[in-house]
Amino acid sequence: MPISPKLAPKAAAANMADIAPRYTSQEAIIESNRCLFCFDAPCIQACPTGIDIPSFIKKIANGNLIGAARTILSANVLGASCARVCPTAVLCEGACVVLDREGDPVKIGRLQRYAVDHVYENRISILKVPGQKSGKRVGVIGGGPAGLGCAAELAQLGHQAVIFEKKPQAGGLNTFGIAYYKMPPETSLAEVAMIKSLGVEIRCGVEVGQHISAEELHKQFDAIFIGIGLGGCQRLNIPGEDLPEVVDAIRFIEEIHSRPLHQVPLGNRIIVIGGGNTAIDAVTQAKRLGAQKAMLAYRRNESEMSAYKFEQKMAKSDGTEFLFNAAPIEIVAAAGHVSGVKFAETTIAAGELKLLPESEWIEPCDMVIKAIGEQKQISLLKRLFPNVDLDKRGVVVYDEKTGQTSLAKVFAGGDCANGGREVVNAVAEGKKAARGIHTFLKGDSVPDPIQPSRYGVRGKPSGSGFERPIRVTELTS
Amino acid sequence: MADLSVNLAGIKSPNPFWVASGPPANTAYQAHRAFEAGWGGVVWKTIGDPIVNVSSRYSAMNVGTLRMVGFNNIELISDRSVETNFREIEEVKRRWPNHAIIASLMVDTRERWHEFVKRSEDAGADGIELNFGCPHGMCERGMGSAVGQNPKVTETIVGWVMEAAKIPIITKLTPNITDVTFAARAAAKGGSNAISLINTINSITQVDLDTLVPEPYVAGRSTHGGYCGPAVKPIALNMVQSCASDPGVRLPISGIGGISNWRDAAEFIALGASSVQVCTAIMHYGFRIVEDMIEGLNDYLDSKRLRSVTDLVGKAVSTVQKWETLDLHYQRIARIDYDKCIGCNLCYIACEDGAHQAIALVSPDGRGLGPGRLPGKPIPEIKERECVGCNLCSLVCPVDKCITMVSLTNGNGKMSWSQYQEKLSRGEIQPIPPHP
Repeated sequence: MPISPKLAPKAAAANMADIAPRYTSQEAIIESNRCLFCFDAPCIQACPTGIDIPSFIKKIANGNLIGAARTILSANVLGASCARVCPTAVLCEGACVVLDREGDPVKIGRLQRYAVDHVYENRISILKVPGQKSGKRVGVIGGGPAGLGCAAELAQLGHQAVIFEKKPQAGGLNTFGIAYYKMPPETSLAEVAMIKSLGVEIRCGVEVGQHISAEELHKQFDAIFIGIGLGGCQRLNIPGEDLPEVVDAIRFIEEIHSRPLHQVPLGNRIIVIGGGNTAIDAVTQAKRLGAQKAMLAYRRNESEMSAYKFEQKMAKSDGTEFLFNAAPIEIVAAAGHVSGVKFAETTIAAGELKLLPESEWIEPCDMVIKAIGEQKQISLLKRLFPNVDLDKRGVVVYDEKTGQTSLAKVFAGGDCANGGREVVNAVAEGKKAARGIHTFLKGDSVPDPIQPSRYGVRGKPSGSGFERPIRVTELTS
Repeated sequence: MADLSVNLAGIKSPNPFWVASGPPANTAYQAHRAFEAGWGGVVWKTIGDPIVNVSSRYSAMNVGTLRMVGFNNIELISDRSVETNFREIEEVKRRWPNHAIIASLMVDTRERWHEFVKRSEDAGADGIELNFGCPHGMCERGMGSAVGQNPKVTETIVGWVMEAAKIPIITKLTPNITDVTFAARAAAKGGSNAISLINTINSITQVDLDTLVPEPYVAGRSTHGGYCGPAVKPIALNMVQSCASDPGVRLPISGIGGISNWRDAAEFIALGASSVQVCTAIMHYGFRIVEDMIEGLNDYLDSKRLRSVTDLVGKAVSTVQKWETLDLHYQRIARIDYDKCIGCNLCYIACEDGAHQAIALVSPDGRGLGPGRLPGKPIPEIKERECVGCNLCSLVCPVDKCITMVSLTNGNGKMSWSQYQEKLSRGEIQPIPPHP
């Protein structure tokens, strides 16, 4: 059976509604007053953009919302989207001392959203660009979080940034790839508009290598930033993969963001293949959009899933079934349409995943969503920048502090350079690269960000997340 | 079970918890509800010549999410008729013969004082409280704090009252005075049987930053209000203790000012109060709060093997002495329990910027990690040689029992400032070198 929309507009909208709505002013006051206003706070170390979290929370508690938003946006230009999509449990909130005192951290992400939404909603401009321009031009390839982070910082440093984005709208995965109930595309597009207002030029529908050559960029620009992200879902390489009801999770989520919710086609019985956060986003949204049965199938066991625990929990509470130690070996069809997935049971022997013989079975379904990780952009990178160094994973080799690649004039950041991390890592890397580019173009370095809540640290603060973020999961594992 | 009953200058009540003169003590209906809830006494809302109140009367100071940490009012004395008030006092007394009902009075001339004292006695009041304290409105008409702020006037009016009084008289003192003991001594000289304190403090709680008019807002204006609530407790305790320890006063005390629970009450009693009066906490939560006050005080007395409230009265008074008698050799320092430390570093920054630079941030290596502390992230360490034992770090620390102040034995005998001065003058010791 071909797939089709399942829910009426109201039901679809209700199911996909914001899972963590904006705080009311009273909620924000209560929550912000839970913050201890730590000195040299751990949460700052756990934020890849090094936002001065205690400062902005104190400002919320004191009714200074514009100041709070200024603290956030000056550190992280995508503060509105990061407030919604950051895995705060393993970042700032995971490091929150209140978590250690009373088992429940200050809800930093929701407070951040509260402050930033205030300035967006009231059209208050926060960030300033210098009147005196440098006259330098930087070409930014890719209008996702890394490219936006880079371009916005460049604009604030007085340089002209031009973003080349192949899609009709900028924002990258922020616009097209976030679970809808976490963030609708409008939030990301508002951020894009704000960045444009800083003087950043965004050329949508322009694909570098297609509509403009890399050589041309080299000619036109004083420096180039590569922020092209990753390249869509990897293939399963099993029979039946090209049947019409087999889609890639990124595409599926993009569909949700590109048309009205009640017009998103989907099956009644859906199997999502994969064990990461994208798999969870896909399966949960499929369930919420009206799939009768949604199942997540993963080759390994539960403990090895890379999806965050809180994401897994959410999928479970939405009624997702989990199938572990199941490797797909064929997508089976009836009359040209998907009718099931043939799995084999797996086991780990000597550290290697093995299929158990005679263990195959068919799990019936009418739609398959692949979420087994995104492809690296090796061929595209080689085509655009034949001389740039890639590491063995196929990502751009770059200086973590400056974003500079093996080519002096070319900088990189975000998923194409870090291999695939969070939005907040991409923004931070874009920003660092912009500062690296500034040094490259002007010869002077940009001073490290000052966080007023840690003012007076003897020597240097013990570590800002902007320099070297700490991830709480990595500490405990 | 300890005996909670008290006898303040002849006014008996089943427990020391009285409803203070104010909005909760305005009507018979409220008095009945208070006694039903368990209160031992009610000091009626002040009766006097007819007044008219404004609308919009209260305002508060909130701290963080805590409401009404401080509270103020610009309400005047009872706006009900004198007849109604005395009739209701009579009614309440008839129904609650073993509870204390105290009439609070505020009038002007000698004749009016005589008349009102007589009418209170006729209504069956167990005692009378003289309101010499209200700092708003009535003082502009020569009453309330205008009386309490002038010891001569206080003494004179107490004298007038005593000419007529057959029941115990409590003089209620205003804190809006440089030294409350002057007023207390005046009341004693005038013949008062007891004092109560504190009345409310002159205040403006907040300014509305849009209208630039303070609260409570009355048609584009505001006025100085009487401040009370938990925030005034330290001021009240100080004044209660001052009166309790003053040889020129020597009167039973009814303590008032920010009392919200049994702990507050026990502290007032320990510093010399024989009964305590509560208003703001009732205005916040209702009469029901007395249940915990009774239970808590009872259990506390039992735990201290005190058989009655009376045994606690004044127990702490003598521990408050002049600064010059404090032991200069006494030493305490801060100790951090690293198993409890969550790494907020508030102690560090408080000491660094706000006190004596006696805490360092040091590498956590070798100390292990407490809850939540990040590897490599510096942790606070007390520089014991620098620590003056000021207590600040232990006060800002958000974790219970994480920073404790430890008393040191340093082998030096006691030496107060006075003894130090004597020894210096006799040439027995060298001056203590100044702090670097």
